[in-house]
Amino acid sequence: MRFSTLLKKPAEWMRSPGPQSDIVMTSRVRLARNLVGHPFPGWARKEDRSVIMEEVRPPLEELSEMKDSFSEEMTKLTALEKQVLVERHLISREHAAKGPGCGTVMNRSQTISVMVNEEDHLRMQAIRPGLQLMSAYRSLDQIDSSLEKELPYAFDHQYGYLTACPTNLGTGMRASAMLHLPGLVLGEQINQTIQGANKIGLAVRGLYGEGTEALANLFQISNQNTLGTDEGEIIEHLDRVITQMIENEKNARMKILEDKPTMMQDQIGRAYAVLKYAHIITSKEALNYLSMIRLGCDLGFVPEEERETINVLLTEIQPAHLQISAKRKLSPEERDILRADIIRTSLNRLTPPDFSTILTERDDDE
Amino acid sequence: MNCDVCQKEKATVFFSQVVDGNLQKVNLCKCCADDKGVTDPTGFALADMLEGMGEETATETAVATDELSCPSCGFSQTDFKKTGRFGCADCYHVFDEGLDGLLEAMHKHTQHRGKVPSTFPDLPEAEINPLPEEPMAPSPLDKLSELKVSLSKSVEDEDYEEAARLRDQISQLESQMGDS
Ligand SMILES: [Zn+2]
Ligand SMILES: [Zn+2]
Repeated sequence: MRFSTLLKKPAEWMRSPGPQSDIVMTSRVRLARNLVGHPFPGWARKEDRSVIMEEVRPPLEELSEMKDSFSEEMTKLTALEKQVLVERHLISREHAAKGPGCGTVMNRSQTISVMVNEEDHLRMQAIRPGLQLMSAYRSLDQIDSSLEKELPYAFDHQYGYLTACPTNLGTGMRASAMLHLPGLVLGEQINQTIQGANKIGLAVRGLYGEGTEALANLFQISNQNTLGTDEGEIIEHLDRVITQMIENEKNARMKILEDKPTMMQDQIGRAYAVLKYAHIITSKEALNYLSMIRLGCDLGFVPEEERETINVLLTEIQPAHLQISAKRKLSPEERDILRADIIRTSLNRLTPPDFSTILTERDDDE
Repeated sequence: MNCDVCQKEKATVFFSQVVDGNLQKVNLCKCCADDKGVTDPTGFALADMLEGMGEETATETAVATDELSCPSCGFSQTDFKKTGRFGCADCYHVFDEGLDGLLEAMHKHTQHRGKVPSTFPDLPEAEINPLPEEPMAPSPLDKLSELKVSLSKSVEDEDYEEAARLRDQISQLESQMGDS
């Protein structure tokens, strides 16, 4: 399979469900590592970066976890291919803009990906469906332990793993989960939730990381501190907070169903109508309505089978994915049309949301 | 830096073109960049070319000659102030004055307590803090029976605070297992 073929297939973690995957879309862990005796990528010359690339690529490709891996230099990928990787969270936006001496290595199922010469020499990432931060960490930890025998890591007993930016010092680990929180958004509790998380040292961001807007009611929550706490504690802390947020989200949904059932029906019904019949739809509009259909699945108004379709669509309707499927560059207007086509086709089996459970409860009250 | 078009979102795409012989820079947020179609191949090449030039180039890099710089990579204090990043691993020792204060503010700690590579064996005992040695996460069922054992033990010990904590964990785990 070629790299371009890989890009046409959705990643394994987009399809398969995981623990708590009604609310937690994915869990990701990344580790930052650098080699001694070489300038960090941001300060390195092109030749320095190429030296690193040549040094790290063989041991990466030989890892048993990376059997049949895909490994490419950024300069060999088209802008569109790079954008697809960004949309799948396999590389960062910053990495997509990198040139000679920068590369990316990933396994076939796209659960492990390594950026070479992003901000650090190595940025390794594991991604899992649902809430599985520890399992994601363990798989990366194994890879890291194999690599440390081959590569001279920059490490210091006081500062831990030495990273280009001091904010990553220590464990070099960033653990994050992508949460779907429509209840907290509709219930207007989301700002409070974000501020609460910030107060205890966690960052909350939108779909595509720093400074991005919260589309589709999706929020990434991650640790900010990396020095002075070990990997297990960081993950435990996140797990605890996320479990609490799941609880709050469920309560917020129940409260809306109790207090404003008509508003809930309107939101989901409206989403159904637009997605099912629109012929032109922007990415923002589509993401937000798909979020409502997903909520409908969680609440039993929409058949459970649609969840996988929705999860895949959330990625497939993004600009680069659309252009890969069209096999050509599309203008924003053309993309909006193709996006609506793909959504209508994918949702062709979707029947109108069934709100009978709400209506019965309401009748009981009267 | 905010987006030049909408003035609202943070700019993340930096685009430049030569107009009447002058280099003009445009800073866009992701949304506006997508709308303007600035994600094409030439856009990327341009971004790469600009990368490393820094935001404000040349003119202000006139650095005092006696300024501390890293013998390994040539990175200076001014460079750090400008980028917030270091040049190489050795920089951490060259610029360690004041570093602890910075780290304290950033992480609330200054001493690493996580993983240590096996190639760095000379580690003081007290700092070893490994993860549990299990190669795989324990199955929820194992975890549950483990928790139940601890619960009955803590009740025996009359440690009710611990018991309450364990009970919460058990009911949470049970509901999780029920969900899936
Ligand atoms: Zn803008
Ligand atoms: Zn240096």
